[in-house]
Amino acid sequence: MRVAPPEAAQGRIAELFELLKAHNQKALVTFITAGDPGPEFTVPAMHSLVAGGANLLELGIPFSDPEAEGPAIQAANERALAQGMTLTKVMEMVVEFRQQDATTPVVLMGYLNSVLAMPDFPVRARSAGIDGLIMVNLPLEEAADLQRGLSAEGLDLVSLIAPTTADRRAQEIATRSTGFLYYVSLKGTTGSGALAVDEVAERMKFLRTLSDVPICVGFGIKDAASAAAVGAHADGVVVGSALVQLMADAPDVATANQRLQTATAAIRQGMDA
Amino acid sequence: MAEPIADHLLQGYAQPTPNGHFGQFGGRFVAETLTHALDGLADLYASLKDDPEFKRELHEDLAHFVGRPTPLYLAERLTASLGGASIYLKREDLNHTGAHKVCNTIGQALLAKRMGKPRVIAETGAGQHGVATATVAARLGLACDVYMGEADVHRQSLNVYRMKLMGANVIPVTSGSKTLKDAMNEAMRDWVTNVDDTHYIIGTVAGPHPYPMLVRDFASIIGQEARAQMLQQVGKLPDVVVACVGGGSNAMGIFHPFIDDADVALVGVEAGGHGLSTGAHAAPLNDGKVGVLHGNRSYLMSDDDGQVMETHSVSAGLDYPGVGPEHAFLKDIGRATYAAATDDEAMAAFRMLNRQEGILPALETSHALAWVVENAPKMASEQNILVNLSGRGDKDILTVADIDGITL
Repeated sequence: MRVAPPEAAQGRIAELFELLKAHNQKALVTFITAGDPGPEFTVPAMHSLVAGGANLLELGIPFSDPEAEGPAIQAANERALAQGMTLTKVMEMVVEFRQQDATTPVVLMGYLNSVLAMPDFPVRARSAGIDGLIMVNLPLEEAADLQRGLSAEGLDLVSLIAPTTADRRAQEIATRSTGFLYYVSLKGTTGSGALAVDEVAERMKFLRTLSDVPICVGFGIKDAASAAAVGAHADGVVVGSALVQLMADAPDVATANQRLQTATAAIRQGMDA
Repeated sequence: MAEPIADHLLQGYAQPTPNGHFGQFGGRFVAETLTHALDGLADLYASLKDDPEFKRELHEDLAHFVGRPTPLYLAERLTASLGGASIYLKREDLNHTGAHKVCNTIGQALLAKRMGKPRVIAETGAGQHGVATATVAARLGLACDVYMGEADVHRQSLNVYRMKLMGANVIPVTSGSKTLKDAMNEAMRDWVTNVDDTHYIIGTVAGPHPYPMLVRDFASIIGQEARAQMLQQVGKLPDVVVACVGGGSNAMGIFHPFIDDADVALVGVEAGGHGLSTGAHAAPLNDGKVGVLHGNRSYLMSDDDGQVMETHSVSAGLDYPGVGPEHAFLKDIGRATYAAATDDEAMAAFRMLNRQEGILPALETSHALAWVVENAPKMASEQNILVNLSGRGDKDILTVADIDGITL
């Protein structure tokens, strides 16, 4: 779905969720690791995901020690690093993507040490056309410095809430979050199989009372059925490991693109049905 | 009898802050899912650390299960041959299981028991912490899984078998560099998945708050005893306290009770590997930069892109790219200094202690001894060096034989 953004919204992420709300649709957020399985795959893959119906793209920053990832994304990180990926190259990929797509929000996701190694990250990210950042290992208490830097450049720091997050803490996180909230649907690493939709639905009811910021749910969502089931209770769903696995098995860029677009379209269809 | 945590620790030097910061270091950099468990652990520890019943239970175990207090021993022949300061060894090699590590695992296993968690997990490098965890798990009847890098499983096969004998499940880790840091990643992944019924016994003064603090406190029994023993046996405090530093728990354990004793120099010795200039080492305090790994901010060996670098040390227990945040803090405030000893220097010191004192030190510990070998001769004979002889080297015999070209 591609529609021109409304005039009043601030930034691509806010514009996207306003637009989806107006059309009574849910966001399909997709995650792939930048530079996996090789650097030439990434930008075409991003376009294929959008063509298949993805609304927001998460791009993983490859890191040597991805401690919250399951086997699929761990392997993706190792493949990308073996090909010489760096944060600078991730940014160059977004620049290239932006030459053809000025509207789809792009959010980088990764671990704090990658960003600490680039002190001027917010400025460079902004000029590359990046819209936000998800830091897996940066809880509320430690986030103030980075959040200030990102805000100054108009970038969102997307916060995570887990099933184990206490109510009062969830309130604090929700209050400070911008862009969207990322609800981690299960206790575990990315790509785990233990998704319990009823529990997610229950928790979403509570989270809704805390803030108006859109809430996307991720971890454990891998196909049209799970995306539709979770999407019914959220503003968006995040699909990652399943797509990463699909790319890992593709022999070349054209095949990867075709499979990504088909898979994304199927999930999109499930969500819109 | 083992001494309870001394009150003087609560005066003067008081770190960390309630959020677990040691200056700019420490903190809690973990996935949100773990925050709740870490809060719970911090709250429980705060409520128990001064609890008389908990302290009694801990010290009963330290006295009768571990065999504390460990001796303070004057290494006379080594002292004579080096010809300078007197060298006192705090004999942590004589602990049950062969290293100081068990003091921490007993403390944490008692916490797990209080939390009603039936399962513990651990990461291990040299296998000493894994053995110490398997030991207390057997003692308390807890299920135990130990993550160990595949490379370390091979170089520490004796300890792997010891863990299995005690009923622990040893899980080889094949991701990344297949060493201690990857074992820690895998343990974090397990914990984030099984946080409801599992306690993660981190083996060093690293990890997210409250681990650096509570591991230090449990290890501080080393320094408390040694400080009292120096006063009693020698009549004064040492001029220098020396310990090897990987993650840094044995060093924090012996340093901490001396931090307010301004005249006592504290020296940590990192693994210099093939030499600091070669880059093939594990010495982040000497040649690293500030970064975030495994839940805390500290010095870290990472490249310009923030990727954590592979390390090298002859000693599996020091083969770690990070270091406990309190060491980073002590370095920056100038209260402790950090040297490095190469593989070769550590091996030479290892041989010297065997020949001159009849003590087989761990290769980790041998790094601290290497500093002594270099520096004791430069000191006056009235001066005293206190060395944390953190563990025994039985586990390293195959490695040493291999270096010597001998197949056992």
